[in-house]
Amino acid sequence: MSDIGTSYVRQQMAPPAPAPSSAVGATAWLRQNLFSSPLNTALTLVSALFIAWVVPPLLSFLVFDAVWTGENREACIVPEAGACWAFVKAKFSQFMYGRYPIEERWRVDLTGILLVAGLVPLAIPQVPYKRQNAIFTLAVFPVLAFILLYGGVFGLPTVETSLWGGLMLTLVIAIVGIATSLPLGVLLALGRRSQLPIIKTVSVVFIEFWRGVPLITVLFMASVMLPLFLPAGVNFDKLLRALIGVSLFSSAYMAEVVRGGLQAIPKGQYEAAMAVGLGYWQSMRLVILPQALKIVIPGIVNTLIGLFKDTSLVLIIGLFDLLAIVQSNFTDTNWAGPTTPITGYIFAASVFWIFCYGMSMYSRYMERRLDTGHRK
Amino acid sequence: MTASTSATPGSAKPRHNLLYDPKVRGILFQVALILGLIFLFWEIAHNVAINLARLNVASGFGFLESRAGFDMAQTLIPYTNDSTYGRAILTGFLNTLLVAVVGIVLATIVGFLVGIAQLSPNWLLRQVTRVYIELFRNVPLLVSLLFWYKGVLAVLPAPRQGYELGFGMILSNRGLSVPRGIAGDLFWLTPLAFALGAAALVGIARWNRQRQLATGQRIGMLLPSLGLLLGLPLVVFLLTGAPLSFEYPELKGFNFAGGTTIIPELLALELGLVIYTSAFIAETVRAGIQAISKGQSEAAFALGLRPGVTTRLVIVPQAMRVIIPPLTSQYLNLTKNSSLALAIGYPDLVAVAGTVLNQSGQALEVIGIVMLTYLTLSLLTSAFMNWFNARVALVER
Repeated sequence: MSDIGTSYVRQQMAPPAPAPSSAVGATAWLRQNLFSSPLNTALTLVSALFIAWVVPPLLSFLVFDAVWTGENREACIVPEAGACWAFVKAKFSQFMYGRYPIEERWRVDLTGILLVAGLVPLAIPQVPYKRQNAIFTLAVFPVLAFILLYGGVFGLPTVETSLWGGLMLTLVIAIVGIATSLPLGVLLALGRRSQLPIIKTVSVVFIEFWRGVPLITVLFMASVMLPLFLPAGVNFDKLLRALIGVSLFSSAYMAEVVRGGLQAIPKGQYEAAMAVGLGYWQSMRLVILPQALKIVIPGIVNTLIGLFKDTSLVLIIGLFDLLAIVQSNFTDTNWAGPTTPITGYIFAASVFWIFCYGMSMYSRYMERRLDTGHRK
Repeated sequence: MTASTSATPGSAKPRHNLLYDPKVRGILFQVALILGLIFLFWEIAHNVAINLARLNVASGFGFLESRAGFDMAQTLIPYTNDSTYGRAILTGFLNTLLVAVVGIVLATIVGFLVGIAQLSPNWLLRQVTRVYIELFRNVPLLVSLLFWYKGVLAVLPAPRQGYELGFGMILSNRGLSVPRGIAGDLFWLTPLAFALGAAALVGIARWNRQRQLATGQRIGMLLPSLGLLLGLPLVVFLLTGAPLSFEYPELKGFNFAGGTTIIPELLALELGLVIYTSAFIAETVRAGIQAISKGQSEAAFALGLRPGVTTRLVIVPQAMRVIIPPLTSQYLNLTKNSSLALAIGYPDLVAVAGTVLNQSGQALEVIGIVMLTYLTLSLLTSAFMNWFNARVALVER
C-alpha cells in the first residue's frame, strides 16, 4: 500500500522558476522607479526633457566650446566661444594668494601644508594621538600660522594684511571665525540656559541682537563704527575688524544651535552629574556638553558652512577675498570680454561649492559614526 | 569602619567659605558681569563723544531733514533727488519690503514643489531635485547674485534684440519689460466682488464645519469656492464692460516706452534669493514630511480615508507643525539676505543707507536706524512665529 502512494510524490524539490522579467533586472527597476503610474511616467518625461534642455548647452559652454588655452582676451572673444578657462589659468595664482608678494608665497603654502597636516589626522577617526594632534592644531598652529603669514620675526619680512587676498584670505577669515565662534557660542548657550538671571538676560540680548541684523550691517558697523568706539589714535587692522564682526555674528548662531543640543539632554543627566558630586563646569565638560554637541553636529556644520559662505561678504568692506579678487580681474584690459565675468563667477562658485559640500559630506559621515544612541 | 565613624558631630560642621557657596558665587559673577558691561559701555560712549567732537560731526537725527541729492533706480513712492534723507531711507525700506515679500512668495512655491518632488517615487525627478538643492545650497548667495547680475543679465542683448517671452514681455539688458494694466472707470468693482466672494466663502466654510460637527454631513466646497472666488469677479468684470486695458512696452529710441520695466537689479536679486532660499525650504519641507511616521498614513487608510484626504487632513497638518518654525527662520534669512542688494546696486534699505552714510557722515545714526529696522522686523517675525507655534503645537495632557 505504502509504495503506491510514494511513487506519485516527487523525490526532489522542483527547481524554482525564474522570477518574471517584469520583477527583476533593469526592466523591473525602470518600471518601479520611472513608469509605475501615468503620473510617474509624465514626471519622468518632464524631468528628461528638462535635463535635455539644460545639460547639453551647459556642457558645451563649460567644456566643448570652452577656451582652455590662450595668452589674452583674443582667444576668448571669438564668436560662439564658451567659458574662458584661459583667464582662470592665467590668473590662478592671484586667485589663490591675492596680492601677497610672489617671493613670499612659500609661506602661505607652508601654512597650508601645516593646516592639512593638523586637520587630516584629526578628521580621520582611526588615527591615534588625537590629544597631541588637537593641541597642535588648536594651540600651536594658530601661532605658527600668524608668524608665517604676517612675519616680522625670525627674519621673515612683514606682509601687511592689506596684501592678503584670494582663497587664502577666505580661508583665514573662515578658520578664525570657526575657531572663535565655536567656544564663544558654547559659552553663550550655557549663559542662555543659566539659572542666574543677569547672565541669562545678557546672553539672550546678545544672541537676539546679532541674529536679528544682516551680516552686511555688522560688517559696516565693524568697519565704520568700531573706530569711533576706540580711543583716538588706536586704530587697528581692517582684516581684524572684519574678523571681529564675523566671529560675533556667527557665535550667536552657534549659540542657538548648541542650546538646541543642551535642551535635548534629559534632566536626569544633569541630576546624575550633580549626584556624583561634579561642579557646574565639571558636569558641563564631562557629562552634558559631549552629549549635547554630538546631537547637534549637523547644526554646527551647517552654521560653519554658512560662515564659510558669508566670508564672501567681506568684499563689501573692501577686503580682497576670493570673490573680490576674481571680480577685480574682470577690468583687466588684457582679459575683459563677454564671457570673462561668467567664467570667473563659475570658478569662484565651484571653489566655494567644493569646500561647503566637503564639509557637509564629512558631517554626514561623523553623524553616522557618532550615532551611538539606541534609536529605533 | 572605625575610621568612617570616628568623625565627631563637631568636625562635620560645614566649612563657611563663602567662595564655595554657589549662591554667593552666582551673585559675584553677575555683579562682575554688570560692572564689566557698565565699564565697557561707559568707555565706548566716552570714546564716541571724544571722536565725534574731534571729527566735528554733530550727532542727532536732524540730518534726516536735509536734501538727499541722489537718485534711485526704483521707487515705490514719489521720490526725487530733492527729497530728504528721511524719505530716501523710507523709499529704500519699501524696496526691501518689496524684495522680501515677492521673494518669500516665490521661494515658498518653488521650495515646496522641490521638497515634495524629493519624496516622489520617481527616481529621475529625485536626482534632478537633489542636484538642484546641493548645487545652490552650497554656493554663497553673493556669488550667485553677482553671477546672475553681471554674468547673465548684463550680457543680455540690447532692447532692440531682446527676447520676446510672449504676452508682450521682453527680456533685455534693461530688465524685464511687462505690459501694464490700466484700470477703467468701474474696475474697482471687480476687486470688491472678489473680496465679497472671499468673505462669503469664509462664512460658508464656517457654517459647513459647524453643520458637519452637528450632523456629520458636509457639502463639497470646490464648486462654491470656484464660483465665489473666480466666477463672481468675472461676472462683475464682464457686466461692467471689461474695463481693463493693457499698455504694451514699445521700443522708442534705445529703450522701452510704456509698460512696466522690472529693473535687472531687482530681477537678479529675486533670482538669486529665490533659488538660494528655495533650496533650503525644500530641505525643510522634505524633513517635515519625513518626520511624520508611516503609522499615521496607515491608520488613516485603515479608517477608510482616501489618499488625497489623508494627505490633506492627516499628513499636512502634522508636517506643517514641524515645517513652520524653520520655514519662518528661512523667511527671516531671506529678508536679511536681501541686504546683499548693495553689491549689485539695487536701492534697498542698506544700499540707500550706505549712500546716506557716505554723504552725511552720520555713521552712528544711520547704522543705528538700519539695525533697528531689521531687528524690529525679525522680532516681529519671531513673535508671530511663537504665537503661531503655540496655536498649532501638539496639545498634550
